[in-house]
Amino acid sequence: MFISMNWISDFVDLSGLDKEALIHQFSLSTAEVENEIFFKGSDVSGVVVAEIKSVEEHPESKKLHLLKVDCGESELVDVVCGAPNVRVGMKTAFAKVGAQLGDITIAPRPLAGFTSCGMCCSEKELGLSDDNSGIMDITEDVAAGTDLKELYAIDDIIFEVDNKSLTNRPDLWGHYGIAREFATIANRPLKPLETVDLSQYKDLPQIDMKIEDPLCQRYSCLQVENINKNVSPLNMRIRLFYCGMRAINLLADLTNYIMLEMGQPMHAFDSRKVEKIRIKRFHEPFVFQTLDGVDRNIDENTLMICNDNTPVAIAGIMGGLDSEIVADTTKLTLESATFDAASVRKSTVRLAHRTDASARYEKSLDPEMTVPAIARFVKLLTDIDAGVQVTSSLTDEYAFRYPEITLEFDKAFVNRYTGIAIDNETIVHTLTALGFAVSLENDQFKVGVPSWRATKDVTIKADIIEEITRIYGYDNFDIHTVVAPIYPVRTAVEKSTEERVKDILVKRFSLHELHSYIWAYTDEFRKLGIEVEDNIKLLNSANPNIGIIRKTIIPTQLCQVKSNVGYADDFGIFEIGHVINGLKEDNLCNEEKKLAITLFSKTKSLEQLYLELRDMVAVVVDDIRHRNLSYRKLEAAHSYQHPKNLNSILCDGEVIGEIGVAHPVVSKKIDKKAAIVYAEIDMAKLTAVADAHISYEEPSRYPSMEIDLSFVADRFELIGNAIEAENSSLIKKVSVTDVYADENGKSITVRLIFSQNDRTLTRDEVMAVVDSIVERLKGEGVSLKQ
Amino acid sequence: MNEKIAALSQAFEAELLKVTDNAELENMRVAYLGKKGSITALMKEMGKLSAEEKKSFGQEVNQLKTLVSDQIAAKKEDLARIELEKEINAAPEIDVSIPPVMDRGSYHPITLVQRQCEKVFKSMGFTVEDYSEVVTDYECFEALNIPKFHPARDMQDTYYLENGQLLKTHTSAAQNAIYKKYSKALIEDGVPIKAIFPGRCFRNEATDACHENTFFQMEGVMVDKNISISNLIYFMKTMLSEVFQKDIKVRLRPGFFPFVEPGFELDISCLICGGDGCPSCKHSGWLELCPCGMIHPEVLRAGGIDPDEYTGFAFGLGLTRLAMMKYGIKDIRDLNSGSLASMHQFTDDE
Repeated sequence: MFISMNWISDFVDLSGLDKEALIHQFSLSTAEVENEIFFKGSDVSGVVVAEIKSVEEHPESKKLHLLKVDCGESELVDVVCGAPNVRVGMKTAFAKVGAQLGDITIAPRPLAGFTSCGMCCSEKELGLSDDNSGIMDITEDVAAGTDLKELYAIDDIIFEVDNKSLTNRPDLWGHYGIAREFATIANRPLKPLETVDLSQYKDLPQIDMKIEDPLCQRYSCLQVENINKNVSPLNMRIRLFYCGMRAINLLADLTNYIMLEMGQPMHAFDSRKVEKIRIKRFHEPFVFQTLDGVDRNIDENTLMICNDNTPVAIAGIMGGLDSEIVADTTKLTLESATFDAASVRKSTVRLAHRTDASARYEKSLDPEMTVPAIARFVKLLTDIDAGVQVTSSLTDEYAFRYPEITLEFDKAFVNRYTGIAIDNETIVHTLTALGFAVSLENDQFKVGVPSWRATKDVTIKADIIEEITRIYGYDNFDIHTVVAPIYPVRTAVEKSTEERVKDILVKRFSLHELHSYIWAYTDEFRKLGIEVEDNIKLLNSANPNIGIIRKTIIPTQLCQVKSNVGYADDFGIFEIGHVINGLKEDNLCNEEKKLAITLFSKTKSLEQLYLELRDMVAVVVDDIRHRNLSYRKLEAAHSYQHPKNLNSILCDGEVIGEIGVAHPVVSKKIDKKAAIVYAEIDMAKLTAVADAHISYEEPSRYPSMEIDLSFVADRFELIGNAIEAENSSLIKKVSVTDVYADENGKSITVRLIFSQNDRTLTRDEVMAVVDSIVERLKGEGVSLKQ
Repeated sequence: MNEKIAALSQAFEAELLKVTDNAELENMRVAYLGKKGSITALMKEMGKLSAEEKKSFGQEVNQLKTLVSDQIAAKKEDLARIELEKEINAAPEIDVSIPPVMDRGSYHPITLVQRQCEKVFKSMGFTVEDYSEVVTDYECFEALNIPKFHPARDMQDTYYLENGQLLKTHTSAAQNAIYKKYSKALIEDGVPIKAIFPGRCFRNEATDACHENTFFQMEGVMVDKNISISNLIYFMKTMLSEVFQKDIKVRLRPGFFPFVEPGFELDISCLICGGDGCPSCKHSGWLELCPCGMIHPEVLRAGGIDPDEYTGFAFGLGLTRLAMMKYGIKDIRDLNSGSLASMHQFTDDE
C-alpha cells in the first residue's frame, strides 16, 4: 500500500521534521516499509500556468497548432503544440524554456519549420495522472505565470508499506490510521477527521434496509442527490494516482478516497436499483455480473447485497454492473458496512477475485467506522459540489458489536516481560497517543482498547507490551543475558546418531551426502523403468509432477546416480531422509527416517562393490553400536530390486534394512556397464539397537596358533554357523583368507586363530576343536578340500 | 723381514685394491686367512724353522695376519658405504608437486550450516531435538494460535495429504511437542526449556532461483520464569555473532506471527558491507534474517505451560538461506538438485 506524506500531513503537523527519518522510524515501530521512497514532483520544475492567447493552424500539419501563450512574462511566447484540445483563452500547464520534466530539460527547438519555446503539458507528462488525452485545462482563477506547484500538491513523498506486515492491523489500511502512528512516533497531536454532523438529517425518511444474515455486522447507508460535478479536483486525483489508483469519476473517486483515507470500503448504488436493501445469502447458486463485466458463479455461502430478492453486489467484494452509477443517475445510495472477515475471505478464495475492498474486510474492520465514513464522504462531496442534497436520514443497523476490551496489569508485569524499566509516564503517554484509554493507580494499569484495535488485534496483556515497546524502540533496549540454574543438556539420540553416521560415511568411505525431495520423481522413475508405486498423495500440489510421497529413498537415489553418471567412474552417495510407508491404524502417516546409500562403479566388479557396501553398513553399525550384523536372502518385491542379489540386514534378529543390487533393467538404463548397489537402513531401528559396550581384554602373552582350513562350500554361512556352534573359548579370531572357484566347485579357506591368556596351547587341544568343527560340517555335507 | 712374508703382504695389498664386491672380498679372506689360506700355510711352515727364526717369523706372520684381517674389515666397511651410496644415488626423487589424490567425501551444505549453528546453541545449553516432516493441522497451526480461516494461513501455502495431515510449513510445528516433552521438568524441577530443532519444511509454491518448495529451518525456544524481550535481543545478537564469527548488529522491527506476541522481524547488519549499504543489502545496510518473538500465551498454554507464570522466546532461522549466504549459492534449487558437480565441494567446514 502506497502512503502519501501530504495526506498524512492533513492529520498531523510534521513541519520541521525530517520526513525520511520518520518513515524509517515508522518501519522500525509499526510496519515494514519497502526500501525505495519516491520523491514525487522533485523532477518537475519551471512549470507555470499559461494562458493561450492565439491559436493558428500549422500550414503543413493537420495535428500541430502554432500558439502564442502568456506565461506571466513581458512577452508572449511562441509554442508549437500537438494537443487536440487547444483553444484561445484556455489556461494550461506550461513548461518554460529551462524547465525540467523528468530527464528532459526544455529548450527552444525547431518543430516542423517553426521554433517552439516551451511545451504545453498533459497531466501524464507531469506525472500527475495517466491522462494524456490533451494538455491540462486549468479552471482555477489564477494569474498566468503562477508556479503549478503553488496551485497543486505536486510535490509529495510516497512510500510503500508491505501489505503482509499489516495483516493484523485493520486500522492501518487507511492514511488516518497511519497518521496516528506518525503522530505517536513524532510526538505531535493527531487532528480529528473533518466530517458533517449526520444528525441534521434525522428527520428525513429512512432507507428501506434490513440485515437478514448474521454475516453482516453493520450496514449504514444514506441517500444523496443533485450531484452536478463529474470530475474530481486535481489534488484529489493526484493523491489517488500517487497511491496507485486511477481516477474514474467524482463518486467512484470519492469512495476510493475514503477507502484510502479511513480504510473503510464504500459503495455507491444508483438509488433506483436499491429501493429495498436486503443483506442475505441465497439457497441456490446463480451467476452474477460484477461491475467489471465478469460473470461470476455465486454459491449459497456468499453474502449478497440485494434489492429485495435481486442481488446487486457481492458483500465486501464488488458491486454489480446493473446497479452501477450511470450517466442518468440522479440519486445515489451510499453503502458503508462491515461483514464477517472470514466469510469475505472465503468468498474471495472461492471467487478467485480479490479486491481492494475485500483485502480490507479480510482484516476485520472496525464497525464503528461505517458512520464516520459516511459523514466524511458527505463532507468531502459537499466541499466539492455545494449543491448536493442529502435525501435520507442515516439508516444504520448495528447487528454485531465486538465486546469492549479492558486490560489490567501492573508495572511488575511490564518490567518482567520487557526485562527493562520503562517509566509509568512513558507508558501512559504512548498508549494514550495510540488511542488507548489509560488509567493508572498505584502501578496498576487499566487500559481500554480503542474500537479500531479491538476487532482481533489487541486482546491480551502481551499485546499491550508490544504497543509500549515498539514505540519505546527496540534499539533503546538495555540487553542482558538470562540468569538460570544449570542442568545437563542432552542432544536427542536420533540427532546424534544421524550426525555420527554422516561422519563415518563421509570421512571413512568418501561418500557424498545429497538431498532429494520427499515425493516420487514420477517422470524420472519411468525413464529408468522403475514403477511408481501407490502411496499416500498430496491433495493440492500446484505441480502435477509432485503428488505421490515416496516409500523409500532408493528409486530417487537411482535417479540421482543417473544424473551424475558423468561425474566420475566411481562414486557413492547417501541421504538420511524421511519416507512414508502408508498409514498407521490411527490413520496417521507411518513416517520413517531412512539412511540410503547407493554406490556406482565402472571399475569394480559387482561382487566387489556389493561386498564393499556390505562392509560399509557393517562398519557403521559396529562404530555406533559395536554390534554385528547378519543377512537373510530377501524376495524381490519392487521393480528396482535385483531378483537374486537382495538381502535383509539383521541386527539382534531384527530386520533393520536391506541391501541389494539394482535390477539389471534399471542398471542398464543408468549405465550399460557399471555396477550399481544400494542399501537402506531404518534410522529409528538403528538408533534403538542397544549399545554393546567395549569390554577390554588383555592381549595374551602366550603364543597363538593359526590353523587354515579349506572347505568345499558355496557359502560361508554353514562354516560360520559350525564354528559358532562349537562355542570354543580357545578360538580368538575367525577370518576368510581365500575364496577360490574352479571347475570342481568353490572352496573357502578359513583361518582360525587359537590362544589362551594363561598358557601356551597344546597342539592336541587345538586339533580337538578343529576336528570337532570338521565333523560338524561333514554332517552338513561340507567337507575339507582334498 | 722374511721374503715370503713380504711378498705375500705385497700381493695382498695389490689384490685388495682390485676387490669391488663382498664376494671377491670373501674369496680373498678365505685365500689368506682360511684353513687352507696362504697365511695359514705360512704358519704351518714355522715348524721347520729354528727357535730363533721361529720367534721373529711368528711375529711377522702374526703382524701380517692382523694387517690382512684389519684391511679386509676396513674394505668391507668401504664396500658397504659404496653400496649405500649407490643405492641412494639410484633412488628416484619423488615428485611431490603432482596434485594429491584426495577422494574426499562431502556433506550437504545444509548439514554443515546446521552443525555450525548447533555447536553455538549447544555451547549455550540448548538441546537439539528431532522431529517429523508430516504433522497434523493441530501441530502446525492450531497449537500455534493459528485457528482455521486465520489470515495467517494465507502466508502458508500448505501441502495437504490425503489423510488430512500435512507437510510441515515451518519448524514451529514442533513447538507444542517440545513444550509437552519438557514442561514437567520445567514446572516440577525448575529446569528452563532451551531447545533447538532443525528440520525440513515445505511450501506449495512454484520454484525459481529464490523459491523452493522444500527448505530447512531451525527453530529455537527458551522458556523460564522471567524470560524477557531484553533476553531475546541478547540471545539473538550473541548467537548470531557466534554463528557468523563476527560482531553482528541486530535490529528488531514489529512483525506479525500469530504464535508470538510481540513478534519481530530481526535484521542483522549486512555481512558484506557491515551496514554502510551495498548491492547485496539493497543499500539499506541490513539483511532480514529471522522472525522471532515472545511466545504467545496461548501457545504456551497449549503446551501445558501457564503463561502467567512462565514466559519465553522463540525464533526461526532459515538454514537454507544461511547456507546460501555463507557459501554464495545463488540458485536455491542447487541444494536439492542432487548434482555432485555442485555438492561435492562441501567437505568439512568446522
